[in-house]
Amino acid sequence: MKTIDTAFECETGSYHTFCPISCVAWLYQKIEDSFFLVIGTKTRGYFLQNALGVTIFAEPRYAMAELEEADISAQLNDREESKEICIQIRRDRNPSVIIWIGTCTTEIIKMDLEGMASKLEREIGIPIIVARANGSDYAFTQGEDTALAAMVHRCPVIDMAISKNEVCMGDCDNSYKSKDQSQIKTYKLETHNLVLFGSLPSNVASQPNSEPKHQNICVTGWLPSHRYAELPSLGEGIYVCGVNPFLSRTATILMRRRKCRLIGAPFPIGPDGTRAWMERICDVLGMKPKGLKEKEEQIWKNLSKYIKIIGGKSVFSMGDNLLEISLARFSVRCGMIVYEIGIPYLDKRYQAAELSLLKTTCEVMNIPMPRIVEKPDNYNQVQRMHELEPDLAFTGMAHANPLEARGIDTKWSVEFTFAQIHGFANAADVLESVTRPLMRNPGSIPSWKNLSKQEPLHC
Amino acid sequence: MKLAYWMYAGPAHIGTSRVASSFRNVHAVMHAPLGDDYFNVMRSMSERERDFTPVTASIADRHVLARGSQEKVANNMNRKDEEQRPDPIVLTPTCTSSTLQEDLQNLVNRALISSMSDVIFADVNHYRVNEFQAADRTSEQTVRHYVNKAIERGASNRSVTNAPSANIIGMSTSGFHAQHDCRELKRLLQGLGILVNQIIPEGASLKDSKDLPRAWSNTVPHREAGPMTAIFSKKEFGMPHVSITPAGPLDAADFIGRIEGYINAWASVLSEKGVDYEPYVVNQTRFVSQAAWFSRTIDCQNPTGKEAVVSGDATHAVSITKILVKEMGIRVRRSGTHRRHDTEWFNEQIQGLCDEILVTENHTEVGDATARVEPSAIFGTQTERHTGKRINIPCGVIPSPVHIQNFPLGYRPLLGYEGANQIADSVYNSFNPGMEDYPSDVSGGHDTKGVVTKLSSNKEDLKWTTESQLELSKIPGFVRGKIKRKTEVFAKQNNISEITIDVMYAARESFSP
Ligand code: SF4
Repeated sequence: MKTIDTAFECETGSYHTFCPISCVAWLYQKIEDSFFLVIGTKTRGYFLQNALGVTIFAEPRYAMAELEEADISAQLNDREESKEICIQIRRDRNPSVIIWIGTCTTEIIKMDLEGMASKLEREIGIPIIVARANGSDYAFTQGEDTALAAMVHRCPVIDMAISKNEVCMGDCDNSYKSKDQSQIKTYKLETHNLVLFGSLPSNVASQPNSEPKHQNICVTGWLPSHRYAELPSLGEGIYVCGVNPFLSRTATILMRRRKCRLIGAPFPIGPDGTRAWMERICDVLGMKPKGLKEKEEQIWKNLSKYIKIIGGKSVFSMGDNLLEISLARFSVRCGMIVYEIGIPYLDKRYQAAELSLLKTTCEVMNIPMPRIVEKPDNYNQVQRMHELEPDLAFTGMAHANPLEARGIDTKWSVEFTFAQIHGFANAADVLESVTRPLMRNPGSIPSWKNLSKQEPLHC
Repeated sequence: MKLAYWMYAGPAHIGTSRVASSFRNVHAVMHAPLGDDYFNVMRSMSERERDFTPVTASIADRHVLARGSQEKVANNMNRKDEEQRPDPIVLTPTCTSSTLQEDLQNLVNRALISSMSDVIFADVNHYRVNEFQAADRTSEQTVRHYVNKAIERGASNRSVTNAPSANIIGMSTSGFHAQHDCRELKRLLQGLGILVNQIIPEGASLKDSKDLPRAWSNTVPHREAGPMTAIFSKKEFGMPHVSITPAGPLDAADFIGRIEGYINAWASVLSEKGVDYEPYVVNQTRFVSQAAWFSRTIDCQNPTGKEAVVSGDATHAVSITKILVKEMGIRVRRSGTHRRHDTEWFNEQIQGLCDEILVTENHTEVGDATARVEPSAIFGTQTERHTGKRINIPCGVIPSPVHIQNFPLGYRPLLGYEGANQIADSVYNSFNPGMEDYPSDVSGGHDTKGVVTKLSSNKEDLKWTTESQLELSKIPGFVRGKIKRKTEVFAKQNNISEITIDVMYAARESFSP
């Protein structure tokens, strides 16, 4: 993998984002037989219940192991305490796997989560996976990265005998039924043992899944799977490809520990991204892509009503979820001018293909390459926005209303994490969401532009 | 370690942030990892705040954990000082700093030398106090700091105002309907000819603390933030305070009576004419507030004798219980709070008003207790609203924690005479959906999908036949659960494992009076 040379900046890292433990919110829904236990203090619990809002009342399969003062001062025996809690969870919910989420506090007091988990696992008979998704090391979506990276170790070893028979083991309809004998289907597809990683809502997952199928590529598994028991088999000879830009740890572990071959591609966000993603996979697997160009063109045609609205508009992306590069690239392709891409963390190797697609897209569209700011400083960003006066800001919820009050339209970025944005079919949804704030604001009441009670743009 | 799914009160730094962001020109610098500035989201979203929340985090990342955060925190404070010149910067510890046991106080001392702004270290330990206690403390701490400063400089003004006046203490950001309560309370005091001297912390400038003692008395309408500040000014200046929550006509009258006492005490000192608020109270109760009249109307005979359960923060749970029982004739089966450290006060207030008192922070315990009692209506937090949904009982949301819909744009105070109207509406509407169910269920019903289990945890292994299930579904929604349960108890007592229609009738005969 090459890295490309563009101007990257790095600021102070004083920016707003969600704590990475928030990945629990979507992962517990994705992995149906899991239970997530967040080990930490009230701060996490409070954050989770507020961030998750309504889902919290639907008997979610996650809970807090709340540390009390005695735990911190080591007056209590961590292992006994956590054992009791896990037994309670086993009794009430009977999950197939318990995932412990380590937090800042467990880091600070250096709790040996891995050691405790492996002993406890044997004692209570339920696999326990440890993911250290804390705010001292990671931002928001990187939580999923730590969880998936931890899960890689639990994936079964690939049975090469079967793969050599050129039988596709995976259920290509993506219904994730159990793989007992009767369910093994033989496809007349080329078999390449492709495993995709990244958690997508189930209905979206079938999209990037059917794309490869159109190219006669069978996706043999997904990480994560719907059920813990169905984690994909991994090993030498398996190709892996990420669907999200924030999964660099998972990618590394897949390559280093499980000897998988990583396909470095742009991410399937926007029709341009989806096509580039698919082409890259085809390329690596030695297939000739079929009909992708036509498909992309068709999608762009369908998007024309949105593009009329956003074409020529400028956008400033503050940065909080690592999807920023892909979204900026898609926005540029839609004719927008991107002033700045803030991003919590940029793995230039894992995102290499995405970055170079961004560069070519800017060239093709004849738009200057945006500045990319890693670990941004929100205060400085607001000052810059004051000067640039972008038409739209992608921003977190802490800044959205105050920016709106100062006359800058905003699209809150968390929506991109929870909405369906992958594949050809969802491109319209992304633009629907991006154009909404612009549609809403006809600008007919100019005197209402600034509704702040303070001076303009002062953080 | 304890297993927790839901908590009623947030961590300490939320309380501190609430108070800091309520004062004018105060900036809180939180010592916290990335992601802990979630308070900003809450304030900006729930309250639809138009200005940037004056809370920033000095990020404690891996680097900081290894080397200590001293330097970074100091830099961040200096930076805020230069950028915004707040009156004070409030350095706010989080669970992370409590765990790291860093000497932040020392940092503050150093920062005081270099910075133009004042710097205060919020004295709140994550493991010892929760959101509400922290709010109460921080409010007292900051006010004390400025009052003392004024005293040192000889700038403190202790001469009481010419006309009667009062301070309102304990109104803060993110409080349940606090903005509206604040306005209503001002209106109430104005109606009595009492000047509002200061409101703390909402909108107050700490520079004005020197004038705090000029008020004739303090009012502390909410127990959750304010009592400590009131106690401080009593000690320091001998200022009396009224800590009655003026919710509902009865308590409003008490509240006014108490203030009247304090005013007349001063009036005699200043040899002025005393005040008599009696006519005001009578007029308000009879004609301004509809609540007293409402409890007489035939409308209100419907809810009379009905049963309800109440839970929430201490202030609201007590007020609602009093209103339900004393003013509307509703039987409160259980009243409770999650404010464990306020148990004594709570018990005292609620004594004799309800059948059972439940003080717990465990929401499943509250849910199960509610399911057992099967009231016609619930008054509680968002959690209880969801319990209500599950077991099909209407719920009025009274206190925090709350969602965005509990920050209405329209005027919805809970205090004072307008507040009494609002509460009466909300109580009446909560009971009413249950009543609406009645006719539709009797005339065939719309719920024939199967029997709704009304228990929050249902472990019965009894079998209902298809016919008896159908029969059960014809029973009006709001009593169905009760009948189902009683039938099952009857079946168990008589060793019956299958419930047929006949068993249902037999059961009904056995338990009808
Ligand atoms: S893990 Fe760290 S960032 Fe996340 S809530 Fe806990 S202290 Fe905050």
